[in-house]
Amino acid sequence: MLLKRLTDACGMPGGEGEVREIILEEIKKYVDDIKIDRLGNIIATKNGKPGYPKVMIAAHMDEVGLMVKSIDEGGFIKFAQAGGLDERILVSKPVLVGKNKIQGVIGAKAIHLQEKDERETPLKTKQLYIDIGAKSKEDTEKLVKLGDYVAFDSEYVEFGNNLVKAKALDDRAGCAALIETLKHEYNVTIVAAFTVQEEIGLRGATVAAYNINPDIALVLEGTLCSDVSNVPEHSYITKLGNGPAISLMDSRTIFPKNLAKRIFDLAVKNGVDIQYRLPSPGGNDAGAIHTIREGVPCAAISVPCRYIHSPASVMSKDDFEGLKKVVKLFLEDIKEGEYIRD
Amino acid sequence: MLRDLIKELTEAHGLTGFEHEAAKVVEKYFKSYSDEIKIDKMGSLSAIKKGKAQNPKRIMLAAHMDEIGLMVKKIDDKGFIQFTNIGGIDQRTLLTQEVIVHGKKKLFGVIGSKPPHLLEASEKKKAVKMEDMLIDVGFSKDEVEKYVSVGDPITIRRKMLNLQNDMVAGKALDDRAGVAVMYECLKELSKMNHDCDVYAVATVQEEVGYRGAIPATYHISPHIGIAIDVGFGSTPELPKDETSDLGKGPCIGFGANIHPKVYEKLVEVAKEYNIPYQQEIYPGATGTDAWGMQITRGGVATGLISIPLRYMHTSVETININDIKNAGKLLAYFIVSLNGEDLEGMLCY
Amino acid sequence: MINRDLLKRLLETFGPSGNEETIREVIRQEIKDYADEIKVDALGNLIAIKRGNGKKIMVASHMDEIGIMVTNIDENGFLRFTNIGGVSPFTALYQRVMFADGTMGVVGMEKLDEMKDLALNKMFIDIGACSKEEAMKKVNVGDAACFYTPYVQNDDYIMAKALDDRIGCYVTIEALKALKDCPNEVYFVFTVQEEVGLRGAKTAAYGIDPDMGIAIDVTLTGDTPKAKTMDVKMGKGTAIKIKDNSVLAHPTVKNLMIETAKENNIPYQLEILEGGGTDSGAIHLTKSGVPSGVISVPCRYVHSPSEMVSVKDVKSSIELLVKVLEK
Repeated sequence: MLLKRLTDACGMPGGEGEVREIILEEIKKYVDDIKIDRLGNIIATKNGKPGYPKVMIAAHMDEVGLMVKSIDEGGFIKFAQAGGLDERILVSKPVLVGKNKIQGVIGAKAIHLQEKDERETPLKTKQLYIDIGAKSKEDTEKLVKLGDYVAFDSEYVEFGNNLVKAKALDDRAGCAALIETLKHEYNVTIVAAFTVQEEIGLRGATVAAYNINPDIALVLEGTLCSDVSNVPEHSYITKLGNGPAISLMDSRTIFPKNLAKRIFDLAVKNGVDIQYRLPSPGGNDAGAIHTIREGVPCAAISVPCRYIHSPASVMSKDDFEGLKKVVKLFLEDIKEGEYIRD
Repeated sequence: MLRDLIKELTEAHGLTGFEHEAAKVVEKYFKSYSDEIKIDKMGSLSAIKKGKAQNPKRIMLAAHMDEIGLMVKKIDDKGFIQFTNIGGIDQRTLLTQEVIVHGKKKLFGVIGSKPPHLLEASEKKKAVKMEDMLIDVGFSKDEVEKYVSVGDPITIRRKMLNLQNDMVAGKALDDRAGVAVMYECLKELSKMNHDCDVYAVATVQEEVGYRGAIPATYHISPHIGIAIDVGFGSTPELPKDETSDLGKGPCIGFGANIHPKVYEKLVEVAKEYNIPYQQEIYPGATGTDAWGMQITRGGVATGLISIPLRYMHTSVETININDIKNAGKLLAYFIVSLNGEDLEGMLCY
Repeated sequence: MINRDLLKRLLETFGPSGNEETIREVIRQEIKDYADEIKVDALGNLIAIKRGNGKKIMVASHMDEIGIMVTNIDENGFLRFTNIGGVSPFTALYQRVMFADGTMGVVGMEKLDEMKDLALNKMFIDIGACSKEEAMKKVNVGDAACFYTPYVQNDDYIMAKALDDRIGCYVTIEALKALKDCPNEVYFVFTVQEEVGLRGAKTAAYGIDPDMGIAIDVTLTGDTPKAKTMDVKMGKGTAIKIKDNSVLAHPTVKNLMIETAKENNIPYQLEILEGGGTDSGAIHLTKSGVPSGVISVPCRYVHSPSEMVSVKDVKSSIELLVKVLEK
């Protein structure tokens, strides 16, 4: 199952190879041209009819994870974060180290040995280490080297009311939706960019957009969803199960109102659940795309993800289906001559 | 296969007070090497292996099958579950863990909280409190209430991990590792002749005060009681004198909670049969079933074997399988070494 | 002569970052007869071109102001919001805000134990609605509002909101109108979204690819009680920027400005700003690089509802800009 294969794959910023292979295999018979650029982005073109605009659609392949920083005398692995995450979630988690996915754990001092105030202070990344059960430094070095990427060991699980738990729903959900989008025919020319290094600063999107130079762009993402009980309703950002979310503003982009509204209204007209993603900190590839060259009108449509950037992020399958529907509706709604720039 | 047993044991769910599922796994494996299986009023499971002597003395082995975990405290209006802890859980290990809520149906859930983007800078420096965490099972309040009630047990969902050098990691190795040791012991004994009746007891509710071991000991009234639990395995940040090394053999405990002659005999047997072992000192309480067993009825001569374990009370506890094998062997040889012994004499102060 | 009518219109018009349509129209109407070509780019920048044969110069002043965006409407008709650009909770408290259609509101706060805990997420806007339905007739989630203060001017000073950077726009407009014998091709760009990251300037500069860039913005002063050390004083002339956090002014541009000021007896000051940025920050890193500088109008109380500038400095700035362009 595509989404499961994508979330099970491991791809940290700068090390997206495994994900790239899966995507290339999936899309090759649906597009007219495929290129891999200097940073590793996949640029896949599906030609439309003349007179219709060039639409760039971006979804990023990388996920947040860790990277091996050093190996100590006892064979324990010190690590750094690859991409931003709340370091308080690292403790007591299983991980997979390197291409061979060696199993390891991020442990913590037994509670019996702690002082009271230790229990109230989160452990910092530099106090933590990965234990793969090695006897010594040499033992570990046979299997692990500096710079190896480390992913959370978390499998795809369906539960609750049509919900999914997996790691990396941000942004494999976007990648899966984009792959599905490419399987249909459109009048517009689509250039699908499966980007790299979004999590460390929208790096892949910056160069992809520069090369593609589109008339208009869509970004498909997994986004913040904080609709849990001890958060006041006005801080929810999005609500799980209320449909895909269209961005209004985030730390990197103020989205053009009329484009966001057009997509929103289109969904409503066609009976698809839709919501706005409320302004909040956070950014996505649109931040880089919309200010490239002379500027590009951009919209971002995302699947709400609870516990984003953790091993157990959660999304609704209904929202995911909704995302695919909305993207298709919008692409089909674009008329000849719209958005084309000279 | 020992690894398979350990896997089934660590993945089984048996919250303190709700150990029946774990008990089923124990029964499944232990029955091939014992003569009788009995479950007592508290839920502790005894696998009895009869000895050859006419009036056999009784040796009791105790390893607890309960694990720490959580319990449903309240189901809120949005269907999220607020919870409390059972046993000493470090709240810092809970964020984004996966759990199983054992209601009328088993429900999969995720422990979440306010996302970091919405926190003040000062809040981020503090650990999230358990009161501020919620379990998300993905259903509405009504749907949750169909299956879940206040008081239902919640355990961590963790598949066993295979690490290097015969090490494995998982939840509840405290003290399913001890249960595995008893299995190894019974297996070894099946190849040997022993005089004493051996009661291998998978006790309940150790984590909240050895509540299973105390009545079990009373009922069996053993001459010698040996608890098998876990000890602090060494990791970079812990002082060497408070920990033992994984893979260097089980720890034999010494101190007030341990009868000196039981200690001596265990060390003697280990040396005689070249079984690797380490020593652990306890000036006072050992924090294991041995503490409860020792003062039951008129007193019991107790011993303690600990399996070195890293990250105790997290869901990634790590042990070396060879330590379990060696501990099992050690106990079997110990029991056999008592053949023909005058126990009263031996245990006399 | 200060054109009070134009200034008032510029300063009181709605235009938070990302919502510059209204102010763009006001400016376009004002300049349409003075430029050879006018266009609007993909992000909304207004570009007015005065053709010439010499160097391509881009002059940028930003149309956008700081503001707020509605994030939620509660059952009782109160609005929750977030900031657009640098909005401090302490300056927003109890201010009036204005939406695009003229709807007015007041910023209130929840009960606090300590004032130092004041933060935007503990504040809300009251538009006098009694219920969610009533509020939604006028305002929706995603709507932006600017702060509202009436413009005040006497012979020496101007007090208003959004002097950052509508005063820059004013300087640019006046310079555009006054420019006579200019050998160069000048692109007067009224940029968008400067307050949220110099975004409009980045794309406009890419499209124009100028030989030189000059931004017109405001800068702080060091002449109020116990102010942070700074050499710039209100009323002592236009400020030629040496550096701020976004750019080290290119020596050719900076020296050109200083020379021109001296030659024409224009009162000027040299400005070092420890913090803050302007459109030149984005312009100078375009493509292979663009030598850039900034002409600043000294301004007290920046990003407050009552910013303040000296009329003399505004005049000096216009003069300097014109003379520099004509060179």
